[in-house]
Amino acid sequence: MFLYYFDLALRSFRSARGLTALMVLTIAMGIGASMTTLTTFRALSGDPLPGRSDTVLRVELDAAERATFVPGKEPDNQLTRFDAEALLRDRHAFRQAAMSGGSASIEPAADAPGALKPFNSSARYTTADFFAMFDVPFRYGQGWTAADDADKAAVVVLSKELNEKVFGGANSVGRTLRLDNADYRVIGVLDAWQPVPYFFDLNVGRYRKTEGVFLPLALAAERHLGNNGNVTCWGDSPTPDFRVLEAPCSWLQYWVQVRTPSERQAFLDYLTQYSVQQHAAGRFQRDPNPRLHPVMEWLSVEHVVPSDVRLQLWLAFGFLAVCLVNTVGLLLAKCLRRAPEIGVRRALGASRRAVFAQFLVEAGTIGLAGGALGLVFAWFGVWVVHSGTQSGAQWVHMDATTLVTTFALAVAATLLAGLIPAWRACDVSPASQLKAS
Amino acid sequence: MLQLRPILSTLSRHRTAALLIVLEIALTCAIVCNAVFLIANRIERLHFPSGLADSELVYVSTSSIGRDPESPANTRIDLAALRAIPGVRSVAIVNEIPYGNESDNTGLSMAPEQKAPTIDVSIYKADAGGIDTLGLRLLGGRDFKADEVMEGREFDASSDPQIPSAIISRAVAERVFPGRDPIGQVIYLFNSHPTRVVGLVDRLVRPQPRNDDAHDLYSVILPVRQTFNAGMYMLRTDPGLRVAVLEAAKQALDRRDGRRVASDSGLFTDLRDDFYRADVQMVWLLAGVCAALLVVTAFGIVGLASFWVQQRTRMIGTRRALGATRAQILHYFQTENLLLTSAGIALGMLGAYAINQWLMTQYELPRLPLLYLPLGALMLWSLGQLAVLAPARRAAALPPAHAMRGLAD
Repeated sequence: MFLYYFDLALRSFRSARGLTALMVLTIAMGIGASMTTLTTFRALSGDPLPGRSDTVLRVELDAAERATFVPGKEPDNQLTRFDAEALLRDRHAFRQAAMSGGSASIEPAADAPGALKPFNSSARYTTADFFAMFDVPFRYGQGWTAADDADKAAVVVLSKELNEKVFGGANSVGRTLRLDNADYRVIGVLDAWQPVPYFFDLNVGRYRKTEGVFLPLALAAERHLGNNGNVTCWGDSPTPDFRVLEAPCSWLQYWVQVRTPSERQAFLDYLTQYSVQQHAAGRFQRDPNPRLHPVMEWLSVEHVVPSDVRLQLWLAFGFLAVCLVNTVGLLLAKCLRRAPEIGVRRALGASRRAVFAQFLVEAGTIGLAGGALGLVFAWFGVWVVHSGTQSGAQWVHMDATTLVTTFALAVAATLLAGLIPAWRACDVSPASQLKAS
Repeated sequence: MLQLRPILSTLSRHRTAALLIVLEIALTCAIVCNAVFLIANRIERLHFPSGLADSELVYVSTSSIGRDPESPANTRIDLAALRAIPGVRSVAIVNEIPYGNESDNTGLSMAPEQKAPTIDVSIYKADAGGIDTLGLRLLGGRDFKADEVMEGREFDASSDPQIPSAIISRAVAERVFPGRDPIGQVIYLFNSHPTRVVGLVDRLVRPQPRNDDAHDLYSVILPVRQTFNAGMYMLRTDPGLRVAVLEAAKQALDRRDGRRVASDSGLFTDLRDDFYRADVQMVWLLAGVCAALLVVTAFGIVGLASFWVQQRTRMIGTRRALGATRAQILHYFQTENLLLTSAGIALGMLGAYAINQWLMTQYELPRLPLLYLPLGALMLWSLGQLAVLAPARRAAALPPAHAMRGLAD
């Protein structure tokens, strides 16, 4: 029966080529626009830490002065060095790491590929648990230990890209990297690792390439390696160096990993208790107000997806709605024009159900064709976004999900659009139509 | 002349189709009104001036490998080398520039022990002559004197920098000294030391302007001489010489010594274009969606009108036979379209207003100016009339005899 309806649909398309083409084109444009923006949105709002994003948490303490307190406002999302070190010392979570962005000059060895000149690389200064907590894949070697942090060992972990640039992609573990006029021993090289969004430090770029070198935080602070990111200082006495332990400046991102909800609660309790202590000691002026945000919640608190991308999504779906209304109208016109044909079919014994099914199949066929053409449009749209300058655009790709969703959306949308016309079609009374013709 | 009654009674027999076209026009109207408003907003943002002599500036920055203990002296040598480049009118070193990534902000207070600062300002640091190099327009007061200028290192190392003077932007002056002459007034920036306002510049945008309002123009210039590691060189030249000057500047710094890493450099206008690129793309995207919406809606109207003409062939024939002129048939369809579009526009206005309300909560957009509503209406009326013209003319052209027999063609 389905095949027969399909055949009928094709015949009817041939008899109204212009109208059919118009409907397919309309659907395709709506679907193409929606899928392009949806793909972009999904790429930019994806889970950067699949499988772990519920148990890895951003830590916030409200350490700033009372004078600037605004009730209900999210506390400062970074920690002072004093608080970060206190939390690291207590080790109350399963894993924990403090970190900051930075940059450092790198002097490649004389045997570096292509006689490389000195260059600046982005850097991340962090503590031992960083690699295990964020499940960072290693190509060679491994990260450093808590003992290395304490000893301020001059060790460095390289990104895959930097290792390729400086050491030609070879196993460089054990070799020396000349960085800001000092020697560092390479102890690990990462495999391909690219969190999108760059969730753990949004201040150095929400969508950016993984930093080039990873160094122990205490060492970087001691050697005054260049810092990147946001530094917020408060209090009356400005400090020339925000990195010193007592500076009233927040500049460190702090993340912990817990294993169970009860561990999370216990850690929050610990933070509250810590805040109370600091308040009693006179360091904190505000009431205890610690927060813990799992990765996805953190991204939403920080409004990480660009508002323009959201706007484009709404716009595209608005456009799709107009396209659908348009299709309903055209399908209706087309179907009413065929009232005599319906009359004949009904008189020859076709049931209302059969007529209804026939018109739905016809609508669905338009949906399939619209979906196929829409896929071409979406593919083109995604390509345009990919080569555009929207931050994070290089990670927007066509994937299987987009492919399936495109067809599903196109067919579902046209079936929906076909409901009213199909309903009207099966309502045609055979007698009046036969008489009229 | 008016044929409202027959039109209404015909439409009431095609309620679903009529409703659909009204709905389509309403949606289009609501979306297009807001999209055009967004476009206008973005274009306004694109034209938010920096206050600088944009088309005469190039920037070059450089940094040393590790720390350079001789950086103040090296900075002076760099500056001399850059000034010697043919075509360079003047050179300055500043800590931050509009549309760049560096941004230094602090609170501005009116009293030494003020609890919360009055406003938040962006801090530009420049030597004497800096405002002239940048091309800022001095409205009152004077530039810094050489003896007021502090070394950048000294400023950074001091926990209590005493800054004798500052130049403020007009937006700051209007906010903190309304109706008063700002020259000679006192402000407090980092601590309890007073800083005297010695100059007033017309306009200087923050490094990362976003809202395009006064807040983006809250800038204060301090007399601090940056070193090359903590600043960037700005070179002023003739617009036509910029590319040559930029290349010469990069080479001059490269020649200086081998312990340097070249950082960012480029034309200031390119930096500005990059900063606004996403907005330009958004404008094109919005314009494209508007065009697509209007085209789809027009085709919808054409499709439905053609169908109605076909369906009412017999009626048209009867009317023509009873003496109706071609013009009357034409007007009939045109009036019908006008009625439908008007209904759609009325509904669309409500929709436009609702979408705008929602956008205002999400994107800090202002209210949709009322002017957009009649403009949107005019556009859709024209679109409707244009779309219905071909089917209506076909209807009017039907020979009555054929039409009576129900033959459309």
